[in-house]
Amino acid sequence: MSGITARYWREMPQRYRGEAGKSLSTGKVFFPPRLVEPGNGNRRFKPVKLEYTGELLTFTIIRVAPSGFEKQSPYAIGIIELKGGGRITTQITDIPVENVKIGMKVRVEFRKINDDGHEGIHLYGYKVVPE
Amino acid sequence: MPKEPKVGIIGYGSYIPRYRIKLEEIAKVWGADAVAYKRGLMLYEKSVPAPDQDVITMSVEAARRAIVRAGINPIDIGAVYVGSESHPYAVKPTGTTVAEAIGATPAIHCADMEFACKAGSEGMFVSYGLVKAGLIKYGLGIGADTSQGAPGDALEYSASAGAAAFLFGAKNVLATVDYTTSFMTDTPDFWRRENAHYPSHGGRFTGDPAYFRTSLGCAKMLFEASGMKPQDFRFCVFHQPNGKFPCRVAEMCGFTKKQYETGLLTPWLGNTYSGASPMGLTAILDVAKPGDKIFMVSYGSGAGSDGFVYTVTDAIKGKAKLAPQTHPQLHENKFYLDYGTYAKFRGKIRTAG
Amino acid sequence: MREVAVVGVGVNKWGELWEKSLRDIFVEAALKAMDDADVSKIDALYVGCMAPGLFVGQEHLASLLADYLGQCPIPAARVESACASGGLAFRTAWMDVALGLHDIVLAGGVEKMLDVDGGGATYALATAADQEWEGYNGATFPGLYAMIANAYQKKYRISYDKFRDQLAHVAVKNHDNGLLNPNAQYHMKLTLDAVKNATMVADPLRLFDCSPITDGAASVILCPVEIAKKKFRKHKIIEVIGTGAATDTIALHDREDFTYLKATEIAAQQAYKMANVFPKDIDLAEVHDCFTIAEICVTEALGFFKPGKGGEAAASGVTALDGKMPINTSGGLKSKGHPVGATGIAQIVELTEQLRGEAGKRQLKDPRVGLAQNMGGSGGSTIVHILKSL
Repeated sequence: MSGITARYWREMPQRYRGEAGKSLSTGKVFFPPRLVEPGNGNRRFKPVKLEYTGELLTFTIIRVAPSGFEKQSPYAIGIIELKGGGRITTQITDIPVENVKIGMKVRVEFRKINDDGHEGIHLYGYKVVPE
Repeated sequence: MPKEPKVGIIGYGSYIPRYRIKLEEIAKVWGADAVAYKRGLMLYEKSVPAPDQDVITMSVEAARRAIVRAGINPIDIGAVYVGSESHPYAVKPTGTTVAEAIGATPAIHCADMEFACKAGSEGMFVSYGLVKAGLIKYGLGIGADTSQGAPGDALEYSASAGAAAFLFGAKNVLATVDYTTSFMTDTPDFWRRENAHYPSHGGRFTGDPAYFRTSLGCAKMLFEASGMKPQDFRFCVFHQPNGKFPCRVAEMCGFTKKQYETGLLTPWLGNTYSGASPMGLTAILDVAKPGDKIFMVSYGSGAGSDGFVYTVTDAIKGKAKLAPQTHPQLHENKFYLDYGTYAKFRGKIRTAG
Repeated sequence: MREVAVVGVGVNKWGELWEKSLRDIFVEAALKAMDDADVSKIDALYVGCMAPGLFVGQEHLASLLADYLGQCPIPAARVESACASGGLAFRTAWMDVALGLHDIVLAGGVEKMLDVDGGGATYALATAADQEWEGYNGATFPGLYAMIANAYQKKYRISYDKFRDQLAHVAVKNHDNGLLNPNAQYHMKLTLDAVKNATMVADPLRLFDCSPITDGAASVILCPVEIAKKKFRKHKIIEVIGTGAATDTIALHDREDFTYLKATEIAAQQAYKMANVFPKDIDLAEVHDCFTIAEICVTEALGFFKPGKGGEAAASGVTALDGKMPINTSGGLKSKGHPVGATGIAQIVELTEQLRGEAGKRQLKDPRVGLAQNMGGSGGSTIVHILKSL
């Protein structure tokens, strides 16, 4: 994971502030923003911010974590449909994993996602907590 | 001469992690007398940050709440000062991440403050000063900590986590800043050397010659500057390293329990260090009414206190409910940890890699 | 376009091959395929391999393997589509021969996964998900398929116990088949209880719902049917009568229905159309059962079973070796192993052996048409091939 600095920095508008793109053709919200809309070729979008509340569409509890996440396991991770459109895959935190349920209402919070090893940068982003 | 606009707090927010550990759970591990701690220091439980929380994440959440209450565009914030003794980086500012996350970059001044438990009120003081000087439209002062006490040390029973954020401005002020004072001396009662993992302290020396002398010195200056008496205030809040010190110092100043109990969080929250008296202030603002006067004295080892007198205005009406309030955060939705999980969360266990 | 045949196949015992390097296992399987076809010289080489850089620190793989196979200066290319790399290498080799560029082409697949530890392997595999918007936040492959499984159970309103049983049946059936495959990584009979009580990996998927981490390689030799008829008479000639490939969003969250493998359906429809066959004409299928839930969703997308009925098919024995629609006669990824880049090629090896009538103890009775489905990521790419014995 070393050398992640530039990659991390570049995505701050999304990871920190939920900046997305709304299609001027269909009104669909794309997160992260895209240059071209799948299906219709539309290239006109307006910048919007994700609404920070939504609903859990599906989830699981990760008990075998990839490198960097070992000390966090078990953790719940799921797909969230946000109220104003747009979907994210992220961890459901501040809840005992056995209480997580499909359909539950959640709210986005700013959290630390990981560390780039012991001496690298801290990696921040979005997680969700029960509403 | 046109009347100078009254500068003060236009928005505030607090953030408390959901995890707690009870004092008995810590005492059990170290063979300490839990009953004596509870009676002597008025400490019952403390907040614990989750592994995905630190000063930056809590500051961002507290700041977002302050912005919601202020109802301003964050791009107009001209300065952010985060005070903490547990900034996630030794070198690299906390404030830039906070400013970026709330959408206040790039036209913003930023510096991290460190002054033991006083760093939060410093950030408030400087933000207030810059707004008053007309240099910035809004200033954001934050006190936040994920403090650590060495395992088994007396500090481990109190060192906790939380953040309080205050936006200062000159319009729609919900609490004006009427007077400020500061009191500083070189008093080495608590410190952490470069590269040391846990802080050290002077034991009983942290009491009379440090906390009490400094807090009382600052309070006296504030009474003199304002020409006010304890009876003039509806609320007071002091630094609260445990439950006992702030009660004692308030009573020594002539305040009553009714005046200090609203802002007294430590018995159930623990000592949030730079967040301590600022968190107390958020709890007061949650219930304050127009016209209320608030007396605030922070304290940071090393040592110094900042004093503020606030007057609550009509603009406070309806603000509290716009974001999570402090006492509900403190008393609802708590998860209790055992010592092992707490030690894992706080990185107290040496692991491979 | 020329018609293309498979005239040589080679695969060795898969598993934890501590003493062998990536190039060793690739060359062994390639030589076996060349010996099977009776050729010592090939005209071009395509190798499917997902992540040699992450697993063994080696890129520029195709040249290295052409060299160690003693075939320089032939053109060689590595083809990558995550876990569908093998299938895509086969399709690329098919295009090469069909278009008339080369006559004797080797399509191989290889992955050497055990040179990194468990966390490292989980990380390398997770790079097949969207790194920035899934992987960054801690998603893993078992995790993504587990999310598909939970969405499936919810969508089709199956009780947890019944659904858990259906998943377990897939694992038990594939392990039963693997017992009959000498090259399978696991020769281990599973019981439903063993699957349902195994260590949880990502709820509801347990250890035996997941394909293993495997070192392995496989190779096949392709040539025009016309040449096969003249020169390669050793075995029954197996013709590639259909091929299809399709993509879908790499991030699971961008799909309308998490349980629907759209790329699989589209690739299958292409292949069916080209081969002029229907799902009912397929005698056996090797499908991408990286997780038990995957086999259920894949068999639905291929048109073998109605949506929501794939689990029942596994539980009722329809997909067993002696069932009406045998799925994964080789043991599948589940028991044969899943060296990701090699999997798609090994599927072609299994179909070829079955269609030739050379599948030993697991031989089906006179199958004529077989289908292979190889999938990348959580369904972001799928390659389908249909083979027929002439």
